[in-house]
Amino acid sequence: MKSIEIVCDNLSKIYSGKVIFKNLSLKLSSGNSVSILGKNGSGKSTLIKILSGIISANKGSITVSENNIPVPGNLCYTKIGLISPYLNLYDELTAYENLKFFCGLKNNSDIGIDEKINFYLNRVKLFDKRNETVKNFSSGMKQKLKLIFAVINEPGILYMDEPGTNLDSEGIDIVYETAEEHKKNGILVVATNDKEDIKLCERSINIEDYK
Amino acid sequence: MLLKNSYLVFKKDLSSELRTRYVINSLLMFVLVTISIIRFAIGDEKADNEILTGLLWIAVFFTSVSGLSRTFVKEEEKETSVALKLSTGSDSVIIGKLLFNSALTFSLNALILFLFVIITDYQIKNLSGFLLVLIFGNLGLVSASTIIAAIISKANSKGTLYPVLSFPVLLPLLITVINATKLASLGAETDKLFGEIQILVSYFIVVTVASLMLFKYVWED
Repeated sequence: MKSIEIVCDNLSKIYSGKVIFKNLSLKLSSGNSVSILGKNGSGKSTLIKILSGIISANKGSITVSENNIPVPGNLCYTKIGLISPYLNLYDELTAYENLKFFCGLKNNSDIGIDEKINFYLNRVKLFDKRNETVKNFSSGMKQKLKLIFAVINEPGILYMDEPGTNLDSEGIDIVYETAEEHKKNGILVVATNDKEDIKLCERSINIEDYK
Repeated sequence: MLLKNSYLVFKKDLSSELRTRYVINSLLMFVLVTISIIRFAIGDEKADNEILTGLLWIAVFFTSVSGLSRTFVKEEEKETSVALKLSTGSDSVIIGKLLFNSALTFSLNALILFLFVIITDYQIKNLSGFLLVLIFGNLGLVSASTIIAAIISKANSKGTLYPVLSFPVLLPLLITVINATKLASLGAETDKLFGEIQILVSYFIVVTVASLMLFKYVWED
């Protein structure tokens, strides 16, 4: 099993003259988990976006290493899984087509992809809906599909931003099982204010301490 | 991996488009309306090729301007760009989008040309030269329009910004391509169009290389 590490050094984000956070440093290795806490609008999602490489920080650096070898910045996305409210899959494609497309992008070969997709669709109880377009899915079903998108390529780092959004208790259980499984060998970062979500992680940081 | 992922992005855009007809339907209507207006404007007059060439490129330019921005705008508006960013590199995305926009532009321009020739009795005396100019002109148009579309997809006023930003970038291409199309339609030999074709090929290469170099900065933030 490959070991993974992420080191954030003095990250700062300023948006329209407002300091979202400054001098935030963090070091996480395989098996570590951390929850990011803070009021609504405090910058939790912004930090997740920066960590996952969707937007950049104004200052500071992020280094992802695998087996102690730094991963080039333009390839960091290959090590990252993300489930968040601001990530959507394609409404006009079916659940299967979406997963097949995204798996195809991350894998050199198509061998075993169908089995993987079917396994995860079964796990979140969406197998029967695999050939329905995502636009007909409820928001909870979409959230389950996003969970598959986040973990299907077995990323080393899993970012979860408000992972329980729109999910029923059964869906939340699936999220927690997936998170527990992931953190055995990978890094788990959860941005949340939900007390149950916080229990998933071994430690917490409050983003408001970095204002 | 780059070619495979570019092809997957192109295939996804194509199947997405064929299913939703997000761009095609509005562009088909746009083409029909534009061609109809040209028909009514000309009436029973016999317009010469110089004027008709200008009208043809007005139709091509505005159709492209209204359609090519949508592939990126849609990704941003529907918040699917994040999933794409986490699944492949920026090079695959821009090449996939270029392929899709090329397929869209070439199909629509073939339709525009067909309708235009029927309704205006447009004469093309050097067909091979004309087609060469049209192909390279369209490649340049697609290339420039795609990177501008990527830039404006991040802005708030997407609709108004696109023609404003694209016009100055496309101006050298438009001047050359209109002139070359006019010459070809009037029967100039293909070797006499060589200078114009060289400019069109150079424009396409320069803009495509610049797009590949710049796109990652547009895409990443």
